[in-house]
Amino acid sequence: MSWFERIFRRRRLNDDLAEELQEHIEERIEQIMRLENLSRPEARAAALRAFGNPTLVQTRSREVWEWSRLEALLADLKLVARRLRRSPGFAVTVLLTLSIGIGANTAVFSVVDSVLLKPLPYPQSDRLVTLSLQAPGAGGLTSFRDGLLLSPSLFLTFAEHNRAFQSLGVWSAGTANLTGIGQPEEVHVITVSRGLLETLAVPPIVGRWLNADDHKPNRNKSVMIGYGFWQRQFGGQQSVIGQIIRLDTQSFQIVGIMPRGFKVVDSDFDVLRPAPYVFDPSHQIMEGFAWNGVGRLKDGVTIGQANADITSLIPVWMDSWSDGPSSNPHFFEVWRIAGALKPLKQGVIGSIGNVLWLVMGTIGMVMLIVCTNVANLLLVRADSRRQELAVRSALGAGRKRIARELIFESLVLGAAGGAAGIAVAFAALRLLSAIGPANLPRQSEISLSPESLCFAVGLAIFSWLFFGSIVSLKYSRVGPGEALRGSNRTASAGRERHRSQNVLVVAQVAMALVLLVCAGLMMRSFAVLLNTQPGFSTPEHLAIMRVGILKSIASDAVAVTRMQNEIADKLAQLPGVSSVGYAAGLPMDGMEPNWNSIFVRGRDPWGAKSTLPMRVFNYTSPNYFHTMGSRVIVGREFTWDEVYSQRPVAILSENLARELFGSAQAAIGQQITYFEPMPWHQVIGVVEDARQNGVDAPAPAIVYWPTMSANLYGPGPLDSVRGVTFAVRSPRAGSESLMQEMQRAVWQINGELPVSGLRTMQEVDSKSLARTSFTLTMLGIAAAIALSLGIIGIYGVISYSVSRRTREMGIRIALGAQKSELRWLFLRSALALTGIGLVIGFCAAAVVAQFMRALLFGIHPLDPLSFAVVGLVLIAAATLASYLPACRVSAINPADVLKAE
Amino acid sequence: MILESLHRQPAHGYALVQHIQQRSKNLLQVEEGSLYPALQRLLKAKMVKAEWTISSSTNRHVRVYEITKTSLQHLEQEISSFDRMLEGIQMVLGPARRATNT
Repeated sequence: MSWFERIFRRRRLNDDLAEELQEHIEERIEQIMRLENLSRPEARAAALRAFGNPTLVQTRSREVWEWSRLEALLADLKLVARRLRRSPGFAVTVLLTLSIGIGANTAVFSVVDSVLLKPLPYPQSDRLVTLSLQAPGAGGLTSFRDGLLLSPSLFLTFAEHNRAFQSLGVWSAGTANLTGIGQPEEVHVITVSRGLLETLAVPPIVGRWLNADDHKPNRNKSVMIGYGFWQRQFGGQQSVIGQIIRLDTQSFQIVGIMPRGFKVVDSDFDVLRPAPYVFDPSHQIMEGFAWNGVGRLKDGVTIGQANADITSLIPVWMDSWSDGPSSNPHFFEVWRIAGALKPLKQGVIGSIGNVLWLVMGTIGMVMLIVCTNVANLLLVRADSRRQELAVRSALGAGRKRIARELIFESLVLGAAGGAAGIAVAFAALRLLSAIGPANLPRQSEISLSPESLCFAVGLAIFSWLFFGSIVSLKYSRVGPGEALRGSNRTASAGRERHRSQNVLVVAQVAMALVLLVCAGLMMRSFAVLLNTQPGFSTPEHLAIMRVGILKSIASDAVAVTRMQNEIADKLAQLPGVSSVGYAAGLPMDGMEPNWNSIFVRGRDPWGAKSTLPMRVFNYTSPNYFHTMGSRVIVGREFTWDEVYSQRPVAILSENLARELFGSAQAAIGQQITYFEPMPWHQVIGVVEDARQNGVDAPAPAIVYWPTMSANLYGPGPLDSVRGVTFAVRSPRAGSESLMQEMQRAVWQINGELPVSGLRTMQEVDSKSLARTSFTLTMLGIAAAIALSLGIIGIYGVISYSVSRRTREMGIRIALGAQKSELRWLFLRSALALTGIGLVIGFCAAAVVAQFMRALLFGIHPLDPLSFAVVGLVLIAAATLASYLPACRVSAINPADVLKAE
Repeated sequence: MILESLHRQPAHGYALVQHIQQRSKNLLQVEEGSLYPALQRLLKAKMVKAEWTISSSTNRHVRVYEITKTSLQHLEQEISSFDRMLEGIQMVLGPARRATNT
């Protein structure tokens, strides 16, 4: 008899044994009948006497190969399953709440785990830091940027003189026009300095890294490509190494391919290219703060030490470089530049960390509510079995035996809830990736990992211990005498037995209140955001598209402008299009705006100030503001005439006009410029503020210039913005047909023109709202679950106490109590519980709201409206939840109740 | 005892009881049922194997037990150790009894 048989063929073994014993007894009976001439019943009795108790024999024999403990557990399990089947409502409620609780928690944990907890996918990524700087003296420069980025000269200084880093490098993301393979296309390019790949330390899958030679000026140009681009453009062929691609008309040779999933910090890319010219030490100026730095710390060096190292190199930088003979590099002392290094992971995660922890916290709270609710249900259930348990205990069931069964019931529920929860988590993750913020960092790394599964199992165990222990501790102690005596005979329930249920209800109300307040605050923030003027209107009717004009297609500035003008005209002729305009960058579209400080004619630019505030520069076409639906407050837009004749004109944003001149009207006719040799530009219009960096970021002060102006740096007298985004106003925006027509319109002008970023302004807009709406959705879901569970909890407790006190109520009614008074009795107890819960909840919410400060927009964390409304909602819900069962008191007929006695 | 009986001849439960009672000349009166747990233990330890057949004498469906090879060795050991134990008991009890008899 193998263990295999003992497990899987138990029935067969049992049957064999039973039959064998049966045969034995029969044979004996026959023998006795034959030998002693007895009747069959007498023979049977004699045979059994000789044999002993067959059932006992059978049990003893079975015990030889059974695991008796296991059998007992199995029997318990069967009992539990049978009981749960008999009350499907209870089982389904518990399983549903548990699976939602565990599932939601597991899903959010997966996100938190893969985004916040797991190290970045680089070797020894804990040694990596972002080389960001702070420059508190630089005026507005850092107000809309995450600190001060590095200039090439800063990088060269750091790379040469630092003592804290194994290696460091800088990078900058941008786009380039790819030609020569298929349709012209705008590709994502990351320009890297030497040292960057060594710092990230991820080897290529094919070919080699960009090496020191590639970073030397005047070398053959080499690039590396990303995995996605390799698959898409070259079908993943190894032979691509050595192939030539053309980016912005220059030829580059592919020398290596980076592996799948490799990103430069948080940016995906198609092409990695060196920038030998940019980092050529022979011609460097101080500025060009456009480079993101990454460093790998030497072993044993702390971030603090590295910070001090970087800060000490700023004077070295000022001594080493200059902007020219007449300039003073030590001017930058007023910027008070210092190191502000952060662990790279923190740099990647950014502010989303707050959101995720908040969501994790709220979902965790929902889990607690789920557990209290299930515990409450189990308590009610166990209470109704009190008599049964007492009888069993009186019949000799040990305390352990009863506790075991109760624990078993919760274990079964916990395990089933956990299993269902994992399924829910799987579905929830898909949902999450659909509704999650599009710019959620490391989104591609999110999965239901083994850690998440362990977490789910842990949660199931936690919830089991939580409600299982409460229930079994309470009820395994039932003394037979007390319970049998006390059960339904006496009039009312003991006070002490309700205490734990009441505590659970108070806890639920308090937690629900906290979640509702959080959701309420988010909702108010969202409403404020929606009401915020983004600087354009009806974004759903705005189709946008980016077009870059290469030097090979239009060499000089006027040709570029003419071509852009032609494209705009072609687009305007499309059916249903009412207006067309273009600009270097649209609000919130993520294009890096230019910036600098400006001077006003007739004013001392410096005054008492040591630094000049930085202004965002944008370059717009005629008719741009009209197309975007931006209000021109005073004055007018540029005209094509002004563009072609290079009249020096400019438009200001309203906040800038107020700051400089007091009012929008006063700005008209003023003259501004930003660089000495530039002509003075006359202000011809003031437009409403545009939320350039997202709805939730303050609108920066913006100067709008024409797209074509005098060239300050390059050859030729004129410069024109070559990469612009066209905005097309049409009710057909977003339709596939319009997108294709727009693309064709561009290619009718020139088939080589690369087109990218076709979408509606609505998409850009909602992307910028994504973080808030995501937080709101998650909090809303959590709060809704909390509220409904809280209501169920109150309802359950009151409803149960009504049914327990039916007899008492009957007597009271018989003695002349008014039904309304009795209803009030129950309502009062519910409201008392709610009241205690509210007070605790308000205190907790006031604390929690402080943590949310960073996520709120235009709302104080202690927003009285949110708190008041939430409190009222909860009181109303609690009243309703207790009023319904309390009404059942009215249905009590005293005659029936007393008869039942 | 069961093994020894089975060693002589494979048998089913009822026959085993009969056999043991006959051999011990009804000195050993055990409850017949207590045989079965013992048989199950032997089955579990792979000392015997069982097979359902039709008995030739009574024409009944019976489960016949048969001794296995491994248990033969075991049986010999058991018997020899039991013999030694019995011998020991006799040696302790024997002289005293003889002494009282004389």
